[in-house]
Amino acid sequence: MNDMPKIEQATDMTDSKISANKVQVYYGDTHAIKDVDIEIQPRSVTAFIGPSGCGKSTFLRTINRMNDTLDICRVKGSIQIDGEDIYDPKVDPVQLRAKVGMVFQKPNPFPKSIYDNVAYGPRIHGLARNRAELDDIVASSLQKAGLWEEAKDRLDEPGTGMSGGQQQRLCIARAIAVSPEVILMDEPCSALDPIATAKVEELIDELRENYTIVIVTHSMQQAARVSQRTAFFHLGILVEEGPTQDIFTNPVDKRTQDYITGRFG
Amino acid sequence: MSEHTVTAYDDELNVMAGRIAEMGGLAEKAFAEAVSALVSGDTDLARRVIDQDRRLDALHQDVEEGLIAMIVRRQPMGQDLREITAASRIANDLERVGDLAKNVAKRAIAIDNDIQSKKLAIGVEHMTELALGQLKKVLDAYTGRDAEAARHVQEADAEVDAIYTSLFRELLTYMMEDPRVITSCVHLLFCAKNIERIGDHATNIAENVFFMVTGERLPEDRTKVDETGAV
Repeated sequence: MNDMPKIEQATDMTDSKISANKVQVYYGDTHAIKDVDIEIQPRSVTAFIGPSGCGKSTFLRTINRMNDTLDICRVKGSIQIDGEDIYDPKVDPVQLRAKVGMVFQKPNPFPKSIYDNVAYGPRIHGLARNRAELDDIVASSLQKAGLWEEAKDRLDEPGTGMSGGQQQRLCIARAIAVSPEVILMDEPCSALDPIATAKVEELIDELRENYTIVIVTHSMQQAARVSQRTAFFHLGILVEEGPTQDIFTNPVDKRTQDYITGRFG
Repeated sequence: MSEHTVTAYDDELNVMAGRIAEMGGLAEKAFAEAVSALVSGDTDLARRVIDQDRRLDALHQDVEEGLIAMIVRRQPMGQDLREITAASRIANDLERVGDLAKNVAKRAIAIDNDIQSKKLAIGVEHMTELALGQLKKVLDAYTGRDAEAARHVQEADAEVDAIYTSLFRELLTYMMEDPRVITSCVHLLFCAKNIERIGDHATNIAENVFFMVTGERLPEDRTKVDETGAV
């Protein structure tokens, strides 16, 4: 952890993968996200931390337009991925969500076989021309998700029959199968035991080489372990964002300090 | 700073700070008494100093165990993390100060008579006053969370070093003049070196206090003035 943040600091901020500008989110009359500006670096892990209801998950969901599914939700401001505004009317949210995958708090495999769980996305997006290609995608996705050894002999068994940790890695494999560039994770380990958590964290660290990862977590130790940059949200505001080590050893803002040291009233 | 949601955490931090202060008090006392024993040739006092070092060692162990327990229980972050790591280092420095004081006391017994030269005694006493002052100030800076005071302590260490250099020269002269005093002069020289190192520990503590309070490293721009290599 010691030298990683320094490398991140050296990264040119104009190379951002995701660039949010003056983002506002309203749920009906409630102003849930206020004026959030953030630059997210490619091929790195950014952690969002903050107390419950601070808006970190809401903001995460703006990155692949998951909020569109709620009628009362309105998003203003701009979010760009690789310089393209994802809220442009020309953008197809389904294509966007293939590019920006998501993993949720509770593992939610489809009630299908392990194979079909991973093959589902490539099938609907037409990523494989034949069964052999689909087999390849399924195998390589399970490998990247660190699940191949455990799953290869039971591909026809239901995904829901796996352990919680395996199910979560299956969901990660499912997200990877459609070749995303960004993976959003909303408390991916909160329903897992410490060993399964360690496996997912190890996986996150490997995925960082190829994907831009944004993770919402309630565990500050997890944020400190897996991320290169950390953003602290409070009451819908992005209070502070910076190299993870700085946020956890010497945060600038009093609110960040109070939160990470367990002093919130 | 406001209290933790878990108030037992605050209690633990307070207990820890209290123990560090207690160690500081013991180390100061041991150091002052050791030099006093040396200058006045009081071997009883010297033995008491040697004896009492055990208390400081026990306290040090106690502090270390407490800190490890806190790391396990609380997974400290931010300011708390800095307090706990600083406390661990400061406790180490204070324990070393105690050892150095003990060493001075042992030499006081070995010399077993007054320092022949009043001038030398004055030099040693003056250096002790300065180093002890440094230690006092830095312990106050720790208790008061005062980064500025810590910075001053770091800057003032040059003075202790300068006196050490001049004492070193003086002792050399004595030994050249009269080889019969070489044994006691070498003991004195080690004592002077020990006192100088106590100043260095005060500087270490100052750097840790500064980091603990501000989260920034104190720039180490001062050049070391131990010129004994050039004498």
